[in-house]
Amino acid sequence: MSDVEEAVIQAHHAEWARVVAALTRRFGDLDIAEDAAAEAFATAVERWPADGVPPNPGGWLATTANRKAIDRIRRENKRDDKHKAAQLLYDDDPHEPRDAIDDERLRLIFTCCHPALGMETRVALTLRMVAGLTVPEIARAFLVQESTMGQRITRAKAKITAARIPYRVPSAEDLPARVSGVLAVLFLVFNEGYLATGPDTDPVRHDLTAEAIRLTRLIRALLPEDGEVAGLLALMILTEARRTARVSTSGELVTLDEQDRGAWDAALIAEGHRLVRERLAAGVAPGRYQILAAISAVHTSARDVRDTDWSQIVALYDLLVRLDPSPIIALNRAVAVAELDGPEVALAAVDRLEDKLAGYHAYHATRADLLRRLGCSQKSRAAYDKAIELAGNTAETAYLTRRRDQLG
Amino acid sequence: MQYLVSVIDDKTNPGSTDRQPAISAFNERLIAEGYWVFAGGLADTDAATVIDNRGEQAVFSDGPFVESKEYLAGVWVWEAPDLDVALKLAAEASKVCDRKIEVRPFQ
Repeated sequence: MSDVEEAVIQAHHAEWARVVAALTRRFGDLDIAEDAAAEAFATAVERWPADGVPPNPGGWLATTANRKAIDRIRRENKRDDKHKAAQLLYDDDPHEPRDAIDDERLRLIFTCCHPALGMETRVALTLRMVAGLTVPEIARAFLVQESTMGQRITRAKAKITAARIPYRVPSAEDLPARVSGVLAVLFLVFNEGYLATGPDTDPVRHDLTAEAIRLTRLIRALLPEDGEVAGLLALMILTEARRTARVSTSGELVTLDEQDRGAWDAALIAEGHRLVRERLAAGVAPGRYQILAAISAVHTSARDVRDTDWSQIVALYDLLVRLDPSPIIALNRAVAVAELDGPEVALAAVDRLEDKLAGYHAYHATRADLLRRLGCSQKSRAAYDKAIELAGNTAETAYLTRRRDQLG
Repeated sequence: MQYLVSVIDDKTNPGSTDRQPAISAFNERLIAEGYWVFAGGLADTDAATVIDNRGEQAVFSDGPFVESKEYLAGVWVWEAPDLDVALKLAAEASKVCDRKIEVRPFQ
């Protein structure tokens, strides 16, 4: 890749959200902001190879995008209307001090993740407006038609304008709930990358996990005091650190106990551990992401799976169950219980979840493994069959099939 | 910005019928704080008549334009600076009315 190409990519990562956010603030219209930002980057791709990379790429892009937006408004000859609309969308109280968190990009993220938008829409809009992915890229990531994804984003922008979803950082009182809404979007993007669904996709979509981490880093920089932001970032980083060890060369999922721990990314693990320690030192009761990150930190602290501190992991799950009584958490807790108290105790706990999890592949995969360890081959085989039938990830299906076929 | 705020009731699982005093108090507050434009409870959907005069002559039909389990029980029109304000009020309204609420902007 040439230096200029690299500079464009780097500027795209560093400046896209900033440019879109500034334009949205100025013109009060996400549509104009998105188009003008895209045009400015296209101009950079065209011009930088000949003219050289400008000394201040961000400034250049902002100025160019601004000009493009004004051109468009003039072209549409609706300048007055747009200005009226712009004023409507503006934060009506711009002078309220917000100190460190007064970043344009935060407004953009909170608007894209507004609770009045559907979850799928929030994910799509965040990837487009904040992460700068193109509509075809987002459509591919979520296995929908380009036109469907385009419509979803267009409808969302129209709703934001029509219903007057405000372009601002929520008030202090609403902030915790709204931040947790943003984190839910980022976690969803990450998980789709981590365990991609569909027969024709790569089992791990690195583009999505990387994007989710990049955006979470951004939120972390903007809200450094928020424990759950740090927790989610740590959780993503510690998961990402194991990425290359998670799928074998033959495309099969490698479970935690069988992974080559030497292949884990030591720098990412160190960073994740640092974040978890920071949260422990804060002495504030941890939220869901912080506990999940702590569990991941215990796993990644063991050089050998046999050194894993299972009692610590079960204790963390106990904490988590109190915050989040979902059956999936109970299922994961049972996996740790199997290591501490044996597969029989764990199986009894798993079987109690049948009503709620009968349609979830991991429920059957966990049962299959516990039954195998208890020597119940026939029942184990039936459970593997069910898990394979329900699993959507290619690497996971390959793993489950091998385990089933290895049964005596 | 004006919003149409619809109170939605459910024929099979209706909200409680003792809400009027709480709704009146809530209305007083909406008026005092400048959000109130209009409010009205609706008679039963059985009392509705649909008129179609797009053809040669007006056709009247008895009953609501769409038969459904859920139906519109009442409406407000609120003046609010943005959706966040309207949603916060709507969350209160849902408690006060013991019913679901839809918030929809006017054009």
